[in-house]
Amino acid sequence: MSKTYYDPADLRKFGKITEWDEELGNKFFDYYGKVFEEGALTAREKSLIALAVAHTEQCPYCIDAYTKDSLQRGVTKEEMMEAIHVGAAIKGGATLVHGVQMMNKVNKLDG
Amino acid sequence: MTKLKTQSLKKRASELANTNRQLEILSNGIFKNGELPTFKDKIAETNQFPLRAKKLEILQINVGYMCNQVCEHCHVDAGPDRQEIMTKETMQQCLDVIKKTGAHTLDLTGGAPEMNPNFRWFVEEASKAGIKDFIVRSNLTIIRANRKYYDLPEFFKKHNVHVVSSMPHWTRGKTDKQRGDSVFDKSIKALQELNVVGYGMPDSSLRLDLVYNPSGAFLPSDQSSMEKDFKKALMEDFGIQFHNLFAITNLPISRFLDYLIASENYEDYMYQLVEAYNPTAVANVMCTNTLSVSWDGYLYDCDFNQMLALPVNSKVKHISEYNEELLEGRNIVISQHCYGCTAGAGSSCQGTVA
Repeated sequence: MSKTYYDPADLRKFGKITEWDEELGNKFFDYYGKVFEEGALTAREKSLIALAVAHTEQCPYCIDAYTKDSLQRGVTKEEMMEAIHVGAAIKGGATLVHGVQMMNKVNKLDG
Repeated sequence: MTKLKTQSLKKRASELANTNRQLEILSNGIFKNGELPTFKDKIAETNQFPLRAKKLEILQINVGYMCNQVCEHCHVDAGPDRQEIMTKETMQQCLDVIKKTGAHTLDLTGGAPEMNPNFRWFVEEASKAGIKDFIVRSNLTIIRANRKYYDLPEFFKKHNVHVVSSMPHWTRGKTDKQRGDSVFDKSIKALQELNVVGYGMPDSSLRLDLVYNPSGAFLPSDQSSMEKDFKKALMEDFGIQFHNLFAITNLPISRFLDYLIASENYEDYMYQLVEAYNPTAVANVMCTNTLSVSWDGYLYDCDFNQMLALPVNSKVKHISEYNEELLEGRNIVISQHCYGCTAGAGSSCQGTVA
């Protein structure tokens, strides 16, 4: 048994998810594939969005996958880092904006 | 980040300068223990083994391994220290073949082919044969390397040469990391000079194509998307135009194999290649319509097999005994590096194949 929860080699096994539920697994991968096709957004733009979200979700598999995908699409490391800062800003902002709720509560209870 | 080496594997007496060692690595480990299928077993699954040579379309001649650059991923292990240069006598033997070949494309490569002292004579003579597409693979920086090369754009134009040049990225950092300091700036200048004489302009018959190969242990993305990105960036930043972009996969041989092993990416990279295997690409791999001639006149199924010292499986071994009919139908010599040409949309010296 692995001594860590995450094994990089497990990413290669992602497709095996379908083995225990073929219908739902296939529906997911069909959807996933369609989402990343070139559309109103380019595949390159989608890759950068995915990279930023991979970080906010803190998914190591997704970070590996979309770092490589971004490199394949010619994305520079400067672009990648900027995308991650966008994710970090939203994540930080999402925490901080709840401060308003705290302030509202303080004002109500102890204003 | 590792600093770019300035000498070939051969000069450094690296273990990987020995092609048998490279072939051993490619046949052992994950391919020996059954973790991944060998290329032979993989193509046999779709009844594509053995691969056979079809009618010859492309005659590719390597006029020498000497180069002014020492690129990180060079499959030729080329560099200034390489002394293997095609002689005028072998060039004459090649010309005898060029005059009678049925191939529609003649493709000169190296090293930097322009560094062969008889390069210009060879181009002049070869262009008289009237082959439809006459390619010279120019690394661009050679045009700016020395005063004696400054007129190359005019020379190429005079002989209606189709220029194909490597350009790993539209940014300085990524290009110089792979190809050496100041390669980007010199390449940009050379491209601008080619544009000035008419190369790469939208309606020009003077063809200028760029070759993109990834700067690290990953596969190339969609060729047409990359072409759009390259065109947009090179036009906006430098006013440069070119015709097509060929996206080429790095094959796990020579200096790229050395890099993969040193950076501990070898197994992951082979997994990527095998997982991206595309049987449709197998039907069109370049070894089935190409013949590669080495600096000393020997014949190979492709430039990669040449660098692995895997000669053609035919009675005809040398350009001096050339016979196109006898070479047709030969079995192609394969190993695990061939996965590089069948991954995704496939890869060849002319870009994707599927």
